[in-house]
Amino acid sequence: MRRAIMRGSRVLPVLVGLGLGGMGAVGVGSVGQRPGAWTRDELAVLRSLSIRSLTPLGADPSNRYATDPRAAKLGHEFFFDVRFSGNGKVSCATCHAPTQDFQDGKPLAQGVGTTARRTMPIAGTAHSPWLFWDGRTDSQWAQALGPLESAVEHGGNRTQYAHVVAEQYRDEYEAVFGPLPDILGLPRHAGPVGDTGWRASWQRIPAVRRDEISRVYANIGKAIAAYERRIEFGASRFDRYVDAQLAGGKRSPQSTLTSEEEAGLRLFVGRARCVTCHNGPQFTDDHFHNTGVPVAAVTLPPDSGRAVGVRQVLAGEFNCTSRYSDAKPEDCQELRFAADDSPELVRAYKTPSLRNVATRAPYMHAGQLPSLSDVVTHYAAAPAAPFGRSELKPIRLTPNEQHQIVAFLHALTGPLAAPAEYLDRPARLATDVRLAPASPAGSSGGKPD
Amino acid sequence: MYLLHTPLRPRRSVARTAFAAVGLLLLLAACSHFRGRAPSSDIATAKMSAHQLYRAAVRPGVVPIPVRRLQAWTLHVETADGRPVDAATITMNGGMPQHGHGLPTSPRVTRALGNGDHLVEGVKFNMGGWWVVRFSITSGAGTDTVTFNLGL
Repeated sequence: MRRAIMRGSRVLPVLVGLGLGGMGAVGVGSVGQRPGAWTRDELAVLRSLSIRSLTPLGADPSNRYATDPRAAKLGHEFFFDVRFSGNGKVSCATCHAPTQDFQDGKPLAQGVGTTARRTMPIAGTAHSPWLFWDGRTDSQWAQALGPLESAVEHGGNRTQYAHVVAEQYRDEYEAVFGPLPDILGLPRHAGPVGDTGWRASWQRIPAVRRDEISRVYANIGKAIAAYERRIEFGASRFDRYVDAQLAGGKRSPQSTLTSEEEAGLRLFVGRARCVTCHNGPQFTDDHFHNTGVPVAAVTLPPDSGRAVGVRQVLAGEFNCTSRYSDAKPEDCQELRFAADDSPELVRAYKTPSLRNVATRAPYMHAGQLPSLSDVVTHYAAAPAAPFGRSELKPIRLTPNEQHQIVAFLHALTGPLAAPAEYLDRPARLATDVRLAPASPAGSSGGKPD
Repeated sequence: MYLLHTPLRPRRSVARTAFAAVGLLLLLAACSHFRGRAPSSDIATAKMSAHQLYRAAVRPGVVPIPVRRLQAWTLHVETADGRPVDAATITMNGGMPQHGHGLPTSPRVTRALGNGDHLVEGVKFNMGGWWVVRFSITSGAGTDTVTFNLGL
């Protein structure tokens, strides 16, 4: 049967479907519009940015415990427990402080040592297909496992953490994940990452038992993810402003932007083109871009961003297709179709959410820019990348216009949406848990990552 | 769906031609504020390949095409004289000409569905604007490319 594919009368409906018919980029003002009013197309863009447009989280096929409240409670405790570290002093909350939007305000994270990257916030990350600045993991649970074994973050190892679970959390763990494996006789410190002594001890453990320990390790991450996915962004003044605009512009003191902030919003979605990458209800396209960010003031190891991160996630021990994932291969489409061979990935970093951004100085992947003003100035100037190629093109913005954009970004500040108890230390750990620093046999201490 | 199931040679219909013309005008009007619109008028979703070897049409799995979401498309391929092409090697690439970057994923034609239809998986667009998607098609009829413009 022959088919027509060139039929002009059928073109329009499809093109409308493609978004051409109903979509328009936001311009600044429109003929025939009341001054200051948004056009219908502009309102559609504002609606797309509202937190109300965020699709509710679905199940995480790779983590069958993601929605189990017992796992979330356990993950909450793991998140704050410094026993999951090499020196007994570092927990996830050390860098991801709930009182600071789950970050630390430092250019480079400080765990057992100093890392080469800025701490990323946690709220809303369950919606993202890629975690870390370079996207080197593809789930919250896999992300949580990276720092635990990093020599400069938690600085611990896999059997150490299994012992902590067995000794401190056995009942709660087994209620969620089933029986713990027998860890009697396993070395106190062994793991496939980091310290040479730990790695040698790990290799001496039979493969079957290594796999059992790695499964406990993966479950630690899955519990932490069950906790983290409960932390979302709440509504900001911007969202209430959009609510009011969509309701016909009826404003209340709580839903008003200043004229300066409103002008900044018009620039953000218009001529300044911020919305190109900072799109959607979390103000991120969940992708990676080289924006010519300067090198850090301190000397850091070579960092190629996504170009390396994508290789790491594709080969990741705990990725969506791994033996420790609960997903079927067909659930892992992001991984399956990840772009991995483009020069654009060199020194490309993940677009961060802009929600609560005003509370999270300094900025960029190694905290290179101290203020939002510096960030906007950088994007307007669009300097060449230190290496790789920047996607930016210069945008002519007056100092006042840059100031307006910064003012608008402050209107994106809002509370976190999470159960109140999850924004504080768990009751079980109300008294600070401090242990003597671990003294692993053969350990040479934390090394730069 | 109907794009791929209509007769090869459309009947000359004044009404339909008028409808298409009005539709195109409405479309252009709707795009008047569209920053990332394709600068050319080539916005068809069904067309001949560059060297006239194939006729091809794309059908997104979800319309309007979503941003930031993986999706599967169907690509229909037939020879210039209207014979469906099932046995073909097809690759897809693309990007945003105004931004100078490619697609955020590596979409692939994963299987032939029959009657000239091919499943394209892993399609994703991470931002609004003018996108170009390009298919390279190789079959017994030869190798040719076909390019589609999209505005999101």
